[in-house]
Amino acid sequence: MAETTTHVAEPTRRDFLYIATGAAAAVGGATLVWPFIQSLAPDAATKAAGAPVEVDLTPIAEGQIVKIFWRGNLIFIRHRSAQEIKAAQDVNVASLRDPQADSERVKNGKDQWLVVYGNCTHLGCVPLGNAGEYNGWFCPCHGSVFDTSGRVRGGPAPINLPIPPYSFVSDTKLIIGQEATA
Amino acid sequence: MSQHSTTYVPKSAFGRWFESRLPIAGLVHSSFVAFPVPRNLTYFWTFGAILVFMLVSQIVTGVFLAMYYTPNAAMAFQSVEHIMRDVNYGWLIRYLHANGASMFFIAVYIHIFRNFYYGSYKAPREVLYILGVIIFILMMATAFMGYVLPWGQMSFWGATVITNLFSAIPVVGETIVHYLWGGYSVGNPTLNRFFSLHYLLPFMIAGVVILHIWALHVPGQNNPTGIPIKSGKDAVPFTPYATIKDIFAVVVFMIFFAYWVFYIPNYLGHADNYIPANPAVTPAHIVPEWYFLPFYAILRAIPDKLGGVIAMFSAILIWVFMPWLDTSKVRSTAYRPLYKQFFWVFVAVCVLLGWLGSRPAEGWYVIASQICTVYYFAHFLIVLPVLGFVERPLPLPNSILESVMGVQKGGAGMPAGANAEPQSKG
Repeated sequence: MAETTTHVAEPTRRDFLYIATGAAAAVGGATLVWPFIQSLAPDAATKAAGAPVEVDLTPIAEGQIVKIFWRGNLIFIRHRSAQEIKAAQDVNVASLRDPQADSERVKNGKDQWLVVYGNCTHLGCVPLGNAGEYNGWFCPCHGSVFDTSGRVRGGPAPINLPIPPYSFVSDTKLIIGQEATA
Repeated sequence: MSQHSTTYVPKSAFGRWFESRLPIAGLVHSSFVAFPVPRNLTYFWTFGAILVFMLVSQIVTGVFLAMYYTPNAAMAFQSVEHIMRDVNYGWLIRYLHANGASMFFIAVYIHIFRNFYYGSYKAPREVLYILGVIIFILMMATAFMGYVLPWGQMSFWGATVITNLFSAIPVVGETIVHYLWGGYSVGNPTLNRFFSLHYLLPFMIAGVVILHIWALHVPGQNNPTGIPIKSGKDAVPFTPYATIKDIFAVVVFMIFFAYWVFYIPNYLGHADNYIPANPAVTPAHIVPEWYFLPFYAILRAIPDKLGGVIAMFSAILIWVFMPWLDTSKVRSTAYRPLYKQFFWVFVAVCVLLGWLGSRPAEGWYVIASQICTVYYFAHFLIVLPVLGFVERPLPLPNSILESVMGVQKGGAGMPAGANAEPQSKG
């Protein structure tokens, strides 16, 4: 023990073992953390619960907003009136915080059906329908304003209400969680 | 501070046998019996003991509540009502725990502002102070997760809003939030893990509290003059003086606590939390518990998601830098005529922010929140550094003894050496 590495010019076999052991311990320790962190992620049952859901549109009257759940997330299905569609289309897209034309947010030829996630993109509250300056949604928590296309028009929300994956099975039925297969 | 280093001598043979194997009685003796305490401490210095009492109270009531509570989204709300209606004295244990959280924060805010006023955060107590900030952050995390457990409307939406704060982080924010939730929204996995952490964190707080008290016992306590103990005449032994005073303060605080528990147990809560969690409807007006309101107001004052989140976290983290932002050589605000005014303005701004945090985010409330937020940060980043240079402090007393007894004429009842210590001022 008298001879320590500081006195030796050449690295010794002991130095190598010391570093190799330390490296193995560090890598091993870090690897062991992985399963614990990973266990926090959505589990298999939660993911499996994300199967697509079918929605019958016939009972949804014009002007009505229906709430449904898919994957534990709230989704709004809004049957827009002609006036609301016009309001959503007559907007200078470039002036928006998150520029997106109304036509990009609905399926082609289905302008009356707006399908968006129902949690405010700020901090997740449920905005109130047919409220706010643009008569779209108004979030009571922190004052975000959305228009009849679900686009953010005021308040702290950074982006528009996102569109979930969905497709029309027929004119009166849509399926949420599944894009149309071309 | 060597005047009180009376070493512990065990009296019995067993005591000597034990002490030579585990010197814990000696540690307790030197820390809580012989430990020198400045003789001029006011009741503001009893809040440390009150906080220890509150921590123990929260852990004891919490351990019992955990025996009757069910951390499952389908059963949590019912199990809380079960505690209230069926469990013997369940109402008392729950009200002690729920109001105990508020009492804990009342005491900690007094403790923190006492520290601000008397400059306790300054050298040589920076580490002691930073440990205190860590305890405060742990307390906030614990309180937040505890509020989620009854799984009422406020629980659910509070959890949604606060966990969504992390979604403001660019790129990885959404993934982090999914890991926090254990799903794609706040749900059963979230409740279950919050319960686990809510049980764990108080013991981590207890650990940091031990470090906090250890760090306190290195330089000893600050005092209303801010000048250190210079001779034995400046101090009294911890026992009986501080012990009895602390116990008296704790008892008075318990009376205050009991008033809330027995007369207005739901005053500090929200009626909406007696409605079971409903992920389809957000309460019209959601607000956090009162002790988070100033920080909540800062969050809402910034009209940008990421900016608001950064401002809110900075509002607490900036405390860590206070020992270095404050350039004044004088600890106690009692001797800082200019800072005294700024201190009270700062207190008023914090209270105002708290009130604004409870108002809806609209109209002039937002503008007032923004003004207060700017002032809040200016206090730390401008007032504290600049005042140290421009302020002319009042003359400090030569010793703690002199501040208590007044300046004595030569030979008038006080040994000449008592206030003649050559040490420099605070």
